[in-house]
Amino acid sequence: MTLLWIALLPLLGVLVPALTAQRGRSFCSLATAVLPATALVMTLLNVPALLDGEQLRFSVTWMPELALDLAFRLDGLSLLFNLLILGIGLLIILYAHYYLAKDEPFGRFYAFLMLFMASMVGISMSDNLILLWLFWELTSLSSFLLIGYWSYRSDARKGARMALTVTGAGGLALLAGLLLLGDMAGSFNMGDVLASGDVILADPRYPLMLGLVLLGAFTKSAQFPFHFWLPHAMAAPTPVSAYLHSATMVKAGIFLMARLHPAIAGSELWSVVVSLVGIVTMLYGAWFALMKTDLKGILAFSTVSHLGLITVLLGIGSPMAILAALFHILNHATFKAALFMSAGIIDHETGTRELKQLGGLKKAMPVTALLTTLAAAAMAGVPLFNGFLSKEMFFTESLATPVLGGVSWLLPALATLGGILSVAYSLRLVHAVFFKPAREEPPKTPHEPPHLMRLPVEILVVLCVVVGLFPAFMATGLLELASEAVIGSPLDFHLAIWHGVNLPLIMSLLAFVVGIALYWRHGNVRRFTQQFAGIDARRVFERILISIGYRSEQLIAALEGNSLQRYVGWLWLAALVMGGIGLVQITDLTGAAGNQPLDGILILGAVMLMFGGVATAATHRYRLISLLMLSVVGLFVALTFARFSAPDLALTQLSVEVVTMILLMLALFFLPQKTPRESSPLRNVRDMLLAGTLGLVIASLNYAVMTRDTLSISSFFVENSKPGGGGYNVVNVILVDFRGFDTLGEITVLAIAGLAIFKLLNRLRLFMPHSDGEGRVWSPDRYPAVLTSISMTLLPLALLVSAFIFLRGHNQPGGGFIAGLITAVALILLYMARGVAWAQERLDFPFQPVAVIGVAVATLTGLGSWLFGHPFLTSAFGYFSLPLIGTFELATALLFDLGVYLAVVGATLMILANLGKVTTAHRPVTETSGKDTDAAAATSSAKEPR
Amino acid sequence: MELLYAMTTGVLTACGLYLTLRGRTFPVVVGLTLLSYAVNLFLFSMGGLTTDGPAIVSEGTNYADPLPQALVLTAIVIGFAMTAFVVILAMRARSEVGNDHVDGKKEDRE
Repeated sequence: MTLLWIALLPLLGVLVPALTAQRGRSFCSLATAVLPATALVMTLLNVPALLDGEQLRFSVTWMPELALDLAFRLDGLSLLFNLLILGIGLLIILYAHYYLAKDEPFGRFYAFLMLFMASMVGISMSDNLILLWLFWELTSLSSFLLIGYWSYRSDARKGARMALTVTGAGGLALLAGLLLLGDMAGSFNMGDVLASGDVILADPRYPLMLGLVLLGAFTKSAQFPFHFWLPHAMAAPTPVSAYLHSATMVKAGIFLMARLHPAIAGSELWSVVVSLVGIVTMLYGAWFALMKTDLKGILAFSTVSHLGLITVLLGIGSPMAILAALFHILNHATFKAALFMSAGIIDHETGTRELKQLGGLKKAMPVTALLTTLAAAAMAGVPLFNGFLSKEMFFTESLATPVLGGVSWLLPALATLGGILSVAYSLRLVHAVFFKPAREEPPKTPHEPPHLMRLPVEILVVLCVVVGLFPAFMATGLLELASEAVIGSPLDFHLAIWHGVNLPLIMSLLAFVVGIALYWRHGNVRRFTQQFAGIDARRVFERILISIGYRSEQLIAALEGNSLQRYVGWLWLAALVMGGIGLVQITDLTGAAGNQPLDGILILGAVMLMFGGVATAATHRYRLISLLMLSVVGLFVALTFARFSAPDLALTQLSVEVVTMILLMLALFFLPQKTPRESSPLRNVRDMLLAGTLGLVIASLNYAVMTRDTLSISSFFVENSKPGGGGYNVVNVILVDFRGFDTLGEITVLAIAGLAIFKLLNRLRLFMPHSDGEGRVWSPDRYPAVLTSISMTLLPLALLVSAFIFLRGHNQPGGGFIAGLITAVALILLYMARGVAWAQERLDFPFQPVAVIGVAVATLTGLGSWLFGHPFLTSAFGYFSLPLIGTFELATALLFDLGVYLAVVGATLMILANLGKVTTAHRPVTETSGKDTDAAAATSSAKEPR
Repeated sequence: MELLYAMTTGVLTACGLYLTLRGRTFPVVVGLTLLSYAVNLFLFSMGGLTTDGPAIVSEGTNYADPLPQALVLTAIVIGFAMTAFVVILAMRARSEVGNDHVDGKKEDRE
C-alpha cells in the first residue's frame, strides 16, 4: 500500500500550491515540499525490505479490457530514480522559491512542477506497460507547460511546442511499440514482460517493436537526430532546465532502455543501433557545447553529450556497462543539476547568460565560483570527483566490447575524443565566466545570491565530491540494487578510485592534455568553423511544420474545397463502399423466409410512396410543390406503419407530419421560393448515379434482411411487458420502462434542440417578401373566418383527445409522445387561425420552462426509484379502487410519460411559436404597407397591435 | 411484399440522397427529411413485416416486433427536432450571409 502512496502523493501535491498560493510564497513553497518529502521518506523506509530481497509490488485492476492495471513496483532501478526525482525535486522547489521574480505566478509554477514530478515517479514505478506509457505522455504534457511557463516570450512558446511535438510523436511511436511488446510477451505486466525476453527476441516482429520503442526513448532522451529540441527547451526558467533537462525527463528515455533491458536488449541489432546512436550523440553534443556562447546552451549540449554516453553504455549491454550507465545517471544528475542551478544564479545576479558579457566573476561571487568549478570538474571527469569514476568505467567498457566487430577499436578512440571535448568545454565554462577578464559589463552588478538559493548547489556539489572520494561507501549499496533490477542477478563489483596504471587511465590523461590544449587554441577552431553556415534547428523545424500544414490544406482543398456538396458526396461515397462490401459478402440475396403475398392496396401505397419521393426530387427547384410532394410521402409512411401493425408509429408519424409541414412552410416564406439552375448536367448525372447506386445498395440490404429469419430479443419485452412493466402496449412500456433511459436522453435532445432554435431566432433579421415567387401578392384575407371558428371548437376536443391518448398509452396505442404532439398541433392551429398576438395574450407564458420541466419530471421520476433502493428509472405500479370509478392502475411510468408529454409540447411550441413570433417582432417598419400585412397573415402570424 | 417494400425504401433513399447533394439549403433540408423517412422505414422493417399483429398483449399471439417500433418512434420525434434545427439554421444563415447557398460564403450569388 505504501507504494501506491509514493506514486500518489506527488500527484495530490498538484493541488497544494493551487490551494495555498494566496498564503504567500514562503508558505506555499513549504506546503508544496511536504508531500514529495513524505514520498521520499516512504521510499527510503522501503529500502530495508528491498535489501532483504523482497519483491515490492502493488496492483489494482483498473481497466482489464485494456490490460491496464494500476500497478506499481519498487525495485533497485525505481529506487535510484525515485531518489533522483524526489530528492532533486525538493532542491528545485527551494531553488525556485528564490529564482522566480516577485510578481510571477509561483503557484502555477509549483503546480506544473508537481505534475511533472508525479508523472516521473509514475514512470519510474509503473509495473504495467500501458500505465508507464500514460505517465510518459503526462511528462510530455507537463514539460510543455513548464517550458512554456514564460508564455509571453515567443522563444518559450516555440521551444515548448517543439519539445511537445518531438516527444509527443515519440510517445505515439512508443505506444505502438509497447502494444507490440505486450502482445509478443502475452502480458502487459512488467514482470511477465521482463521474464519473457527469449520469446520476444525470437518473434519476427521484434525489429519493428524495437524500432518503435527506441524511437520513443531517443526522442525523449534527445538522442541524435532528435536532439534538437533540447537546446530550444532552454527557454524554460532555469529551475525547470535543472530539473527536467539534467536529472529527470531526459533520463526517462534512458530509464526506459534500462527498464526494458532484460526483455529487448539481447540482440545484435540493439547493440549496434543503440551504441552507434549514442556515440554520435555524444560527439555531436560535445562539439556544440564547445561552440555555444550561451551558458545554458553549453549545458544543454553537454547534457545531450552525456546522455549519448549513457546510451552507448546501455548499447554495449554487458553487466559492467550497465553498472557504469547507472552510475553515470546518478553522477550526471548531481553535477549537471548543480551546474544548471549555478548558471541560473549567474543569470539571476548578472542579468545575462552570454559568455561575452561575463567574466572575472570570481571576485564578486567567490562561493558560486568555487561550487561551479567543482561541479565542472566532476563533469570533465577530474579524479577524486564522481564523474571521473563513471568515465573511467566507460573507457574500460569501450575497450572491452566487441559490439562493432572488426571496427570495435573505433569505440575507445571516439570515447577518448568525447573525453577531450568534455574537458575542453568544462574548462571553458569555468574559465570564461569566473577567471577571464570581462570584455563587456553585465547588465547588473554581480553579487552573491541569498544563501538558501545556493544551498541546493552546495548539497549537490558535496555529493559529487563525497561520492568521488568514497565511492564504495556512498554508492555501492544503491548501485547493487539498481543493477540487480536491470541485469536480473546480483553483480559482484568494487568501486575504487585507483586501479593502477592501465589503458583507461592513459585515455583519461590524454583527454586532459589534449582537452586543455584544445581550449587554449579554441579561438582558432571557432574561427575555422564559423566559415560554415550553421543550421538553425528551430527554423528547419518550423519550416517543416508550416509545409506539412500547407500540404494538408492543399489536400483538403483538392478533396472537398470547403464545399458542403463535395463533402456530402464523399460521405455518401464512403457509405456506398462500406455498404457494398457488406452486400458482396451475401451469397444469396433472397433469404430463407421469402416473400409474403402482395395485394392491390400494398401496390398502390408503394406506388404513391415512390411517386411522392421521385416527385419531391424532380420538382425541387419549385420549392412549394416539392414540399407538397414531401407531405404525400410523409402521409403514406404513416399509412405504411398502420398497415404493418405499428399503430403507435402511425399516430406519431401523422402528428409529426403536420408539425413538420407547418414548420417548413413557415420557413419557406423567408427563403427564396425557387432554386436557381446551377448544377451542370454532368454534375446532376453524377449525383443521380451516386444516389441511385446507394439507393440500390440500401434496397438490397433491406430486402436481404427482411427475407431472413432474424433472432430477436423482443420476445423478452412481450413476455415481461405486463408482469414487469404493468402495461399491455409493449411499445409504450419499452419507451417508458425497459428503455426509459434512452427516452430520457431523447427528450433531453428534443429540449436542447428547442432551446438552440430559440437562441438562433434571437435577433434574427429576416427578408420579408410581399409576394410569392411568381410575383403574386399574398392574399389579403387576414384570418379565414371558417378556420377561426372551427379552431375554437376544435381546441377543447383536441385537448380531450390528447388527454385520452395519454392516459390509455400504457395499454393501448398512444402515450406521451403522441399526446404531446396532438396538444401541440391543437395550440398551433390556434396561432394559425387567430395570429400570434391573439394567442399570445391567452397563452401568456414562455414555452422554454415547459420543456425543461418535462425533462426534470422525467429525471426526477427516475431518481425517485433510488429512494426505494432500486436502480435509476425502475418503475413501480399498483392497482387501486375508488367507489364509482372502479379499479384502476397507477404506475410511476405514467409520471415519466407526463415528463415526455411536457417536453414534447414545450419543445414543439418553442420551435413553432417562436418562429411565428419572428414575423411580428422584427418587422421592418419602413416597408410597412397593406401588402406586408397580408404577407404576415398568409404565414399564419399577425402584426403586433399598434 | 418484402421486395416491394425494399424497392420503396431504396427509391426514397435515392431521392433523399440526391436532394442532399444540391447546392441550396431548402432542397437539402427537404432531402434530409425524405432520407429520414427512408431510414425510419428501413429500421422499422428490421423486425420483419407483420400484418394484423400490433404489439399489444392479449390480442392474439402474432406480435409485431415492438423494439424497432419503439426506436423508430423516438427517431421520428428527434428527426422533427433536427429538421427544425437545420431549417432555422438555414434561415439564420441566409439572414447573416445574404444567400441560401449551403457553403455559407458571403458573396451574393442571387
